[in-house]
Amino acid sequence: MAIKVLVPTPLQKFTNNQAVIETTGGTINEMIDQLETACPGIKARICDESGKPRRFLNLYVNSEDIRFLDGPETALTDGDEVSIVPAVAGG
Amino acid sequence: MTQAIAKRSESATFTHLKSKEGDYTYDLLPINICENTFAPLEVAYDYDKIRDTVTRETIAAGPHSIWRYRAFLPVATDNVIDVGTGMTPLVKSTRLARRLGLKNLYIKNDAVNMPTLSFKDRVVSVALTRARELGFSTVSCASTGNLANSTAAIAAHAGLECCVFIPADLEAGKVLGTLIYNPTVMAVKGNYDQVNRLCSEVANTYGWGFVNINLRPYYSEGSKTLGFEVAEQLGWQLPDHIVAPIASGSLYTKIRKGFEEFVQCGLVEDKPVRYSGAQAEGCSPVAQAFKEGRDFINPVKPNTVAKSIAIGNPADGVYAVEQANETNGHIESATDAEIIEGIKLLAETEGIFTETAGGTTIAVLKKLVEAGKISPDETTVVYITGNGLKTQEAIQGYISEPLTIEAKLDSFERAWERAQTLERLDWQQVLV
Repeated sequence: MAIKVLVPTPLQKFTNNQAVIETTGGTINEMIDQLETACPGIKARICDESGKPRRFLNLYVNSEDIRFLDGPETALTDGDEVSIVPAVAGG
Repeated sequence: MTQAIAKRSESATFTHLKSKEGDYTYDLLPINICENTFAPLEVAYDYDKIRDTVTRETIAAGPHSIWRYRAFLPVATDNVIDVGTGMTPLVKSTRLARRLGLKNLYIKNDAVNMPTLSFKDRVVSVALTRARELGFSTVSCASTGNLANSTAAIAAHAGLECCVFIPADLEAGKVLGTLIYNPTVMAVKGNYDQVNRLCSEVANTYGWGFVNINLRPYYSEGSKTLGFEVAEQLGWQLPDHIVAPIASGSLYTKIRKGFEEFVQCGLVEDKPVRYSGAQAEGCSPVAQAFKEGRDFINPVKPNTVAKSIAIGNPADGVYAVEQANETNGHIESATDAEIIEGIKLLAETEGIFTETAGGTTIAVLKKLVEAGKISPDETTVVYITGNGLKTQEAIQGYISEPLTIEAKLDSFERAWERAQTLERLDWQQVLV
């Protein structure tokens, strides 16, 4: 099943400068592993040493922050759009 | 979109950007995120150079605005945007202090900051000066209202194109106070965090200077002037305790950076300062993390009358929690009802009409005193960051009505007598 991932500028060096990547995965964690297969090196940037998404990185599934869903275990279905948004700014 | 990049003045003291997590440094570009850890970036300075050139006397001889602290601000050229921002009153409180039982309470009153009556004029003056240096011809922001007012006004003054983004449900005064400067205003159907996220995407593609996104490292430095001014206005010394509102956590942490830079450059003596923060209960992710002893923030969906500080996913939240813990401060929240009472209390005791963020801060100040968390002898500074005329909806129904009378003496006398009776009844209620 196809998941669309929106990749922020600082990570596009791993995606041949592509801002949008099609991948698969039943959860956010699986999606990150799939992304790593297609774009080697990207996982180490998205996740910290313990394998969890870095605390300054925001992941959204169809515009909802995964912290309002099931975190990295959030289930994904065909056609979902995952956005990776670095460090919130604002304020 | 951009013009030529300005030449750096010899007197510029800022040297590079550094990541707040990990040992990564960056050139002085319009960027706000560490590519390695995704943490926010912060401006670094050559403090030896500042110490060699800046004294209390040179500061005091400077302009009556934030630009008297220019050596501590990240601007490279001599052509700064000075619209009289800063040097707002530090008022020694007598009536509010007595009401709360404090002996040394001061109010830093940015409700009368220039030109748009909130502390945001400080950060925007710095951000737009820097935007111009970096060659931007269009500036923008994601705002809960005050920032949009300030960005639009100062952009108008500086002749920059301006497009601002706000949540669609803002108070009328905040919207009108932006539109009058004739920027393009995008009222986004969503809360501030959604506005902010949209702006992150726009910032990457449109080549605009977003004051609180790609210019954020420079912009946020402007809040240090709230620390500098208080230290100078207290006679070149630091207070014992400050209470400030927390939205993104930037202002709260930059007040400390300001105090510590003054210490580092020999302008004030070092001493421990306690930093306490105020949030609205309907949007209190930082206060919750503090109370639960967490070192991470769980974002929330805001639901509070205090829209100006309703940020559910605060960028500097973790640093705010750290700061309160390190300095023996507290982060407390106030309900909407307590916020309204806070606005009224400040108005009735000090003659200062603040908006909901200020009401939150006063309500939290009161709570902390009542809980024994601020001692009566501490020199305490409470930061009032915005003006009540902008959030009139918040207090509708909570204040009295005018007495409408005929243009005749007896009409006045009857109304006056009735008013006196009502006041006596009020007192009796209090006494019972």
